[in-house]
Amino acid sequence: MTVVDYPQSFDVIVVGGGHAGTEAALAAARMGSKTLLLTHNVDTLGQMSCNPAIGGIGKSHLVKEIDALGGAMALATDLAGIQFRTLNSRKGPAVRATRAQTDRALYKAAIRETLENQQNLSIFQQSVDDLIITDNRVTGAVTQMGLRFFAPTVVLATGTFLGGVIHIGLENHSGGRAGDQPSIALAKRLRELPFRVERLKTGTPPRIDARSVDFSVMQEQPGDTPLPIMSFMGSREMHPQQVSCFITHTNEKTHDIIRAGLDRSPMYTGVIDGVGPRYCPSVEDKVHRYADKNSHQIFVEPEGLTTHELYPNGISTSLPFDVQLELVRSIQGFENAHITRPGYAIEYDFFNPQDLKHTLETKFIDGLFFAGQINGTTGYEEAGAQGLLAGLNASLRAQGKEAWHPRRDEAYLGVLVDDLITLGTQEPYRMFTSRAEYRLLLRQDNADLRLTEKARELGLVDDARWARFNEKCEAVASEQQRLAETWVQPGTPEAEQIADKLGSKLAHEYSLMALLKRPELDYSDVKNLKGEGSDDEEVAEQVVTQAKYEGYINRQMDEIERLRRHEMTRLPEDFVYDDIPGLSNEVKQKLNDLRPETLAAASRIPGVTPAAVSLLLIQLKKRDAVLVKTA
Amino acid sequence: MTLTSSDKDTIVAQATPPGRGGVGVIRVSGPKVPEIAQSLLKQTPAARQVCFSAFYANNDSVIDQGVALLFTAPASFTGEHVLELQGHGGQVVMDLLLKEIIKLGARQARPGEFSERAFLNNKIDLTQAEAIADLIDSSSEQAARNAVKSLQGEFSKRIHDLVEALIMLRMYVEAAIDFPEEEIDFLADSKVGSDLDEVIQRLDRVLVEAHQGAALQEGMNVVMAGLPNAGKSSLLNRLSGKDSAIVTNIPGTTRDVLREHIHIDGMPLHIIDTAGLRDSPDEIEQEGIRRAWSEIKKADRILLVVDASNVKETHPHDIWPDFVDLLEGLGNITVIQNKCDLLNVEPAFIKAEGDQPCPIIRLSAKQGEGIDLLTNHLKDCMGYQAGSEGNFSARRRHLDALERAQTFLETGQRQLQAAQAGELLAEDLRQAQQCLSEITGEFSSDDLLGRIFSSFCIGK
Repeated sequence: MTVVDYPQSFDVIVVGGGHAGTEAALAAARMGSKTLLLTHNVDTLGQMSCNPAIGGIGKSHLVKEIDALGGAMALATDLAGIQFRTLNSRKGPAVRATRAQTDRALYKAAIRETLENQQNLSIFQQSVDDLIITDNRVTGAVTQMGLRFFAPTVVLATGTFLGGVIHIGLENHSGGRAGDQPSIALAKRLRELPFRVERLKTGTPPRIDARSVDFSVMQEQPGDTPLPIMSFMGSREMHPQQVSCFITHTNEKTHDIIRAGLDRSPMYTGVIDGVGPRYCPSVEDKVHRYADKNSHQIFVEPEGLTTHELYPNGISTSLPFDVQLELVRSIQGFENAHITRPGYAIEYDFFNPQDLKHTLETKFIDGLFFAGQINGTTGYEEAGAQGLLAGLNASLRAQGKEAWHPRRDEAYLGVLVDDLITLGTQEPYRMFTSRAEYRLLLRQDNADLRLTEKARELGLVDDARWARFNEKCEAVASEQQRLAETWVQPGTPEAEQIADKLGSKLAHEYSLMALLKRPELDYSDVKNLKGEGSDDEEVAEQVVTQAKYEGYINRQMDEIERLRRHEMTRLPEDFVYDDIPGLSNEVKQKLNDLRPETLAAASRIPGVTPAAVSLLLIQLKKRDAVLVKTA
Repeated sequence: MTLTSSDKDTIVAQATPPGRGGVGVIRVSGPKVPEIAQSLLKQTPAARQVCFSAFYANNDSVIDQGVALLFTAPASFTGEHVLELQGHGGQVVMDLLLKEIIKLGARQARPGEFSERAFLNNKIDLTQAEAIADLIDSSSEQAARNAVKSLQGEFSKRIHDLVEALIMLRMYVEAAIDFPEEEIDFLADSKVGSDLDEVIQRLDRVLVEAHQGAALQEGMNVVMAGLPNAGKSSLLNRLSGKDSAIVTNIPGTTRDVLREHIHIDGMPLHIIDTAGLRDSPDEIEQEGIRRAWSEIKKADRILLVVDASNVKETHPHDIWPDFVDLLEGLGNITVIQNKCDLLNVEPAFIKAEGDQPCPIIRLSAKQGEGIDLLTNHLKDCMGYQAGSEGNFSARRRHLDALERAQTFLETGQRQLQAAQAGELLAEDLRQAQQCLSEITGEFSSDDLLGRIFSSFCIGK
């Protein structure tokens, strides 16, 4: 093989064209970095390898954050979503989430269009076999045909392709995804670097031809009205034709078939040793582990408007094909089902994310960033968010600027990255709202308020979004001011009207804002009570949520303020933990293993006590003073 | 890098050893000191001036009166605003004052935290860094030991049951929030509400009991150990002035662990008389021996009682090697040479020195000679121990954590009733558990997810 050097060099090279790779490449290019996206197949850019849906609890929070940082995922969802729902709509705004069933083809097309119209971004189709690394610093990547591309930063977003093995029954073969070759050479090369490599597993259900399904015996699940919108820049007019999903169930017969097939399951015969996600178990796992449950839900999701394929969400399996067919046909409505693609499990390499910095740059190789499933996560949203963070930091690094990452109190993305780096992961990591201690602050409705200003500063946000963002901020502020300054006097007709709703008379004068904070009252009750309120849904949502949550938010802000000092206190990379008197060996070992970047990160490591944090502080202070003296 | 303490927290702790001493000192440090001073004293004392004042509770009643000293930042021990209150040393009064100050926005200081702040604010010389580190290390270890000790028995079981019930409740609430499509919406039915009521009731009961038990259980644990017939029970009776142990000449009479609560100058002491630790075929006696060992491990002070008329050795190793080998060290042993009247020698206190690693007290329990030497010695031990964090503050911490948890649970209950707001209830439950985890140890969000996944079948 002859080695050829590509004549132009780049600022950022992104390897992989999935959700992490595309957001990484787009972010770097938006920030003005000369960016190259390397993919083994241009036609699968933006491919949804698993279920055809974006969003969900915790996940739409990430999508809205990607959106607030100028990313592509939310807008592509608005262009491709064929069924939209708001989850937790009866619960409070902090835990409400948006979920969209998406047409795979439309989604892919939307992403492809965004990529092709992005300035500073070049795309090249060729597998990457090697990285160019000199003195622990990455300088480029080598493709399968020996073409060398040079850049001071490389983002690896290779998904499940590293050392991928696909299992169906006891048969298995190498593969990055059904129908795609895995990256064997690159995986082998990466295993030579000092990263800790481990194996994970995930799976998909068999796909079914809708023409062979009886929907009349299933429960229909239409989308919500009014139709939710994913992107801050999106609109209902962007949405294509809307369709329904359906719900059916497994039954005792299904479970018997599964039990009888377990002796040919790669999971139960020890062929697979990668760890699968607990929250997304295969159907054989569900039947085995919850033996007393005689039925499990299946969401029957359309794959798109121009295909008959269905995604039966809930029966992910790696049982042999004959068992798959039998179990599918035992389910109500699937009696005559035709499987278009068998379900399978896939095992792949991931790198222990504890070897990363919060910018997703690796600790061992300068300029090398990891994003997405390679870090042990699962999900398009988790991948996209990491891609964006890695891409923006690769760009900052190439431009010689200071790195940036959101804190735990600023974004789910901050929670995601901090969890991965501080705790590592034992299973494919998925976002849940319960992982965020500042859940009431990190809402999908305020992702823009939390992140867009910073994104603008970083160069991630265009003028149109910035203008609309400022408009929203001003409208919210002015309505808040109006509510705070408009008073209702007892004995007036307005007061009577409110008293009816409250069930008691007003004892003294109240501002409209004070009334809005009462749990019995809503925005519609006070909006036009005196003067005229806002008709903008987004403004109303913001005003109400901030008013209702005020006490809780203040409490959380206090907590954040208290921890801020530790967030700002950096632990030097050459800090010698073994020399610190009083630290237990267990704590020393953990700190040596993880080398946390800040005192706050250290304090979040399980086993690091407040006393240990005090000891670190004292040692830092001492070191600081010694350095000043010798300077 | 600036490391000056910009902590927003205001901390409080009792600076003098717990007990009914002549004067008790409470120290407060942090930004809220001026407002705390104003509320507590109904005046703001001039900085660095002695101010004699009443200490007021929230309802205007007077808790105590004494001297207040205000130091404004940075001219203070810690470099922050500091308020020092010198009142009457009774533990009940000190406790009320502490509680009042915590109510006004301070939190109980961690072991060594005043010194830590002083150091971080350049108030203590750099050369003392190691000393401060040692202090934090040793006193937090001591605090951890004390916390474990005050968590023995029934109280601990109640707390753990309470935490378990809270975890179950959180599991339902969080599962309903994170998995709304899984047909497990517990917020929609009344289960969460009734479970919450039950958790609150449990917590109330624990708090009542903790308050009742607190007074009895404060103080230093002193174990009396020794070979059978060394005179332990007689010594116990002499110290407590009661005939609670059966005193006979037959070895092995004391079959159970006997406890006596006595006060020396107002400081409570728990004296535990252990059964004679000897191999015995008698089942009841074996049980007594097992209990005795568990008391010995928890002891602040061990009085190793010997019959001086038989035993001439003074080094614990020589007196009773089998016993001493099972201990973690000799640091908290005092050798009591009982029955000194039989040898016709005077009672005496002999300091630990050179080859003799433990102090020795010569006395006669039967004649009542030298008992004052022992009580003085115990008082000294208490003072020394009180330099770090004692049992008392460990318990104060627990009560404080329980009370904060109670407030969160009650707020959560109101949220659930008024607005059916599951996410606000969830936040209050999280905070409540965070308070309780100060007693029982961390419980992370990942632990909670683990519980959810192992309890419910989740996943599409």
